[in-house]
Amino acid sequence: MSALTDLSVREAAARVRRRDVSSVELTRAALARIAAVEPALGAFLTVAGAEALAAAGAIDRRVAAGEDPGPLAGVPVGIKDIICTNGIRTTAASRILQKFVPPYDATVTARLKDAGAVVVGKLNCDEFAMGSSTENSALGTTRNPWDPDRVPGGSSGGSAAAVAARECHASLGTDTGGSVRLPAAFCGVVGLKPTYGRVSRYGVIAYASSLDQVGPIARDVADTALVLQAIAGNDPRDSTSSPRPVPSYAAALDRGVRGLRLGLPREYFVEGMQPEVEAAVRGAVQQLERLGATVQPVSLPHTEYAIATYYLIATAEASSNLARYDGIRYGLRVSEPSLRAMYQRSRAAGFGTEVKRRIMLGTYALSAGYYDAYYLKAQQVRTLIRRDFEQALGTCDALVAPVAPTTAFRFGEKTADPLTMYLFDIFTISVNLAGLPGLSVPCGFDQTGLPIGLQLIGRSFDEETLLRVGAAYEAATDWHAKRPPA
Amino acid sequence: MALTRDDVRRVAILARLELEPAEEERLTVDLDHILEAFARLAALDTKDVPPTAHVEDFGALLRADEVKNPPAGDEPLLNAPARDGRFFRVPKIIE
Amino acid sequence: MTTNGIETVIGLEVHAELLTHAKIFCSCSAAFGGPPNTDVCPVCLGMPGVLPVLNRRVVEFAIRAGLATHCTIAPVSRFARKNYFYPDLPKGYQISMYEAPICTAGWLDVLVDGEPKRIGLTRIHMEEDTGKNIHDAHGDASLVDFNRSCVPLLEIVSEPDMRTVAEAGAYLRTLRSILQYLEICDGNMEEGSFRCDANVSVRPAGATTFGTKVEVKNMNSFRAVEKAIAYEIARQSDALQHGERLVQETRLWDADREETRSMRKKEYADDYRYFPEPDLLPLVIEQKWVDEVRASLPELPAARRERFVREHGLSAYDADVLTQRKDVADYFEAGVAAGAPAKEMANWVTTEILRLVRDEKLDRALVIQEWPITAAQLARLVTLVQQGTINRNTAKALLPKLRGTGRDPAELVQAEGLAQVSDRGALEQAVADVIAKHPAQVEQFRGGKEQVLGFLVGQVMKASRGKANPQLVQELLRAQLAKA
Repeated sequence: MSALTDLSVREAAARVRRRDVSSVELTRAALARIAAVEPALGAFLTVAGAEALAAAGAIDRRVAAGEDPGPLAGVPVGIKDIICTNGIRTTAASRILQKFVPPYDATVTARLKDAGAVVVGKLNCDEFAMGSSTENSALGTTRNPWDPDRVPGGSSGGSAAAVAARECHASLGTDTGGSVRLPAAFCGVVGLKPTYGRVSRYGVIAYASSLDQVGPIARDVADTALVLQAIAGNDPRDSTSSPRPVPSYAAALDRGVRGLRLGLPREYFVEGMQPEVEAAVRGAVQQLERLGATVQPVSLPHTEYAIATYYLIATAEASSNLARYDGIRYGLRVSEPSLRAMYQRSRAAGFGTEVKRRIMLGTYALSAGYYDAYYLKAQQVRTLIRRDFEQALGTCDALVAPVAPTTAFRFGEKTADPLTMYLFDIFTISVNLAGLPGLSVPCGFDQTGLPIGLQLIGRSFDEETLLRVGAAYEAATDWHAKRPPA
Repeated sequence: MALTRDDVRRVAILARLELEPAEEERLTVDLDHILEAFARLAALDTKDVPPTAHVEDFGALLRADEVKNPPAGDEPLLNAPARDGRFFRVPKIIE
Repeated sequence: MTTNGIETVIGLEVHAELLTHAKIFCSCSAAFGGPPNTDVCPVCLGMPGVLPVLNRRVVEFAIRAGLATHCTIAPVSRFARKNYFYPDLPKGYQISMYEAPICTAGWLDVLVDGEPKRIGLTRIHMEEDTGKNIHDAHGDASLVDFNRSCVPLLEIVSEPDMRTVAEAGAYLRTLRSILQYLEICDGNMEEGSFRCDANVSVRPAGATTFGTKVEVKNMNSFRAVEKAIAYEIARQSDALQHGERLVQETRLWDADREETRSMRKKEYADDYRYFPEPDLLPLVIEQKWVDEVRASLPELPAARRERFVREHGLSAYDADVLTQRKDVADYFEAGVAAGAPAKEMANWVTTEILRLVRDEKLDRALVIQEWPITAAQLARLVTLVQQGTINRNTAKALLPKLRGTGRDPAELVQAEGLAQVSDRGALEQAVADVIAKHPAQVEQFRGGKEQVLGFLVGQVMKASRGKANPQLVQELLRAQLAKA
């Protein structure tokens, strides 16, 4: 394994700027690693080798001309295939977009490129980001780099697996109910879901509009902060993106945790958790106390209603967001003489089982006679959940919790009953409902060697505190340095 | 049973999804099962609780009335499954 | 107003295309008429991942419309998704407003046969237009053009306050007039920038509940609206009188057959599943903005009409005709400012000029670009007639000669020697000649047939090649005929 693919984003970019290494060399190394590892791993749906080398060459020429190509200068990155990339196939891991080539970049894609990053390819995920294991992808299977019989988590499974397996130095995922934090935890890497509105959603194929956020995945907290810095900030193309200025996240990293108050939500330590997961999280809490943080119990009393609330709101929004996939302007069309049949058969052929299930659920929740009982009710409970967090974060600077009840499960283990998979999101989902930021950092391994993640939940637009705590914890531990078997 | 097969048919039409009978059957079971689990929401007292439609605390973004997009070339039609010159082609629409 | 003990209830829903430069949610041009699918972008094509951003001027236009119709402007209003599938609806939903529209509870005062009536306005809201479907040449497919997708619309819903076809027509014309004055819509029904759907129901006179409501669509002109409503009133009254049940339905106006037809029944009526649009935040409108818009409102049609009667001494009818369109009213007042006597100017505009405008369809656009002659030229012409320099016929004949030129009518009259002959001496001779040539008519006139005088005047006019002063000719003829 080439040492180049082991470099952090910071180190790789610095070397490119110093001309110690060229972007083309970094990119070739990444592509070679991808070629070697992909047959077993399956993280990528599209590898854009030619485009990547062309972009890398351009970065190198700029460096040679004395220009600074940006903070991510020449670094190979991967992008979840739910985020549009101009001229590169973007599928949302669905048959319905299997051949779709967007003529536009998502804002986050453009910002990564403006920061000098080199996009090497598009990463596998659950279809339309609907799932917690990437098993719902219609176009490929991604395996956990730590154990090929196990899932990488989802929905951004490819994004986390690729970073863990050193196929790229960082990646972008999206998080609607935990889809960056969960696969990061399962794959032993760092993943951040920013505050809702911190990062633009323009060009991000919508699943649930009021919950989706793009988040960076990298191998350590400082790299994660660097990528966040590149993509965060107001976007005039996204009416829901915040006008708040973006602070320097790097400046936050070294502040330590002395004096910070951390809250432990009692509802997040429940029966049924894998004992090693609970032990690792509690161990991390003790570590943070040793570093100078204080810990107190808090309560998020409406936690038990979060799954229902999420799945009614998210599916309702999704049922509407996915109505545009009708085979008329793009995407799969099944040829039929009648318009009605064309719609029905194209969508039936193009969407997978879980997507259909969620479209049906969401349509039902919005339909006449049921709107008040389901959708409106869920919106009201969402307010109660937000208030829970406001209360808890009134006395604490951040909350500490597990990311998931267990480590990575086996393929097929949770697919028999959809509800089983839904319940797995219990620790991450409320954070999206409240619009708050959440960070997942490695905090241990179970007995079979599978990674365990620690979740930090912060106040609105206070990613700095999360990164600060994550960095301090990381400095005192070495979980993040361990790598999956080659 | 919260959800019947007729409900599923009606919803499938609204969603323009053609379902095989076996799919219809399974969806009826799945959705009913899920909705039953969600029924606990109904028991929660939400009187006077405002719904959260948006988590942000700022109002609508407004943009200036300026034409910034040049006339499109071929990009709009590049991904079209069926086209006729510069039009998108669909099966005949009957009023 | 009831007929045969049956009362009609009419409500009108208008969709007005707004005259912004750009579309409501994207920065494509909102202009009409480009080649298919050129004024489009990923946003108005509903491509994956795109998001709407609201055009400020659309909001301003909505506030203008609301203030001009005495609505309450909501301090906070919200967008909603209306979900349904149709090829011209790219996202599979239309961004509209539902529970919290921008304007509510307004009204219009209209004149129906000279009598005032107040018609309530339930609401005004903003929404995006759809693309257009056309049938392809072979007839087995449809073709979709998204240029119109995302063009801004105002939906204006009246209260069911109208009781007759005349009231509906007056409401529609008044509303259009207001929107044109506000310069937010050019009000062209034939081209689709001003669309109207009608809700018609009947009930026994004196009933307090409404009868079964029928929605009527597909009317492409003011006349079509009036005819369609009249047809529905007749159809529904007939059914009511015979005890037949009326179905709540949507019917389409068939302009060829001049009847309404029921639309094809759909399996499971569309359930639009309205919910708040998550991609657009609540629209907060501060009082300051409303006040600014209010201060910038032009003089509205009703006020201008009243002022024309007051200041220019016009009849209510002439004032009404002149003020229906702002550009016509502006033209009239420009002529008066250039020295034309008001009543004469009004007469010329409402007859000669507007006839030309209508015949040549110059009034298609919001503002007439090419008047047959300028207001200043018309003012001069009118003044020349009033002074007696030329007669009215000569003036009419000059219109085509002045057209497209910047020429001063007085100069043209001079150049072509068109001045009216008012020289008594010259005319005395011409009159005498005509009397001599037409003994039979002279006899008839002397016998009491007054109308023959017109013939004799005409003969003198002919002889003078139209230049004689007709009033003077008449005076001289009477004088000469009286002698003998």
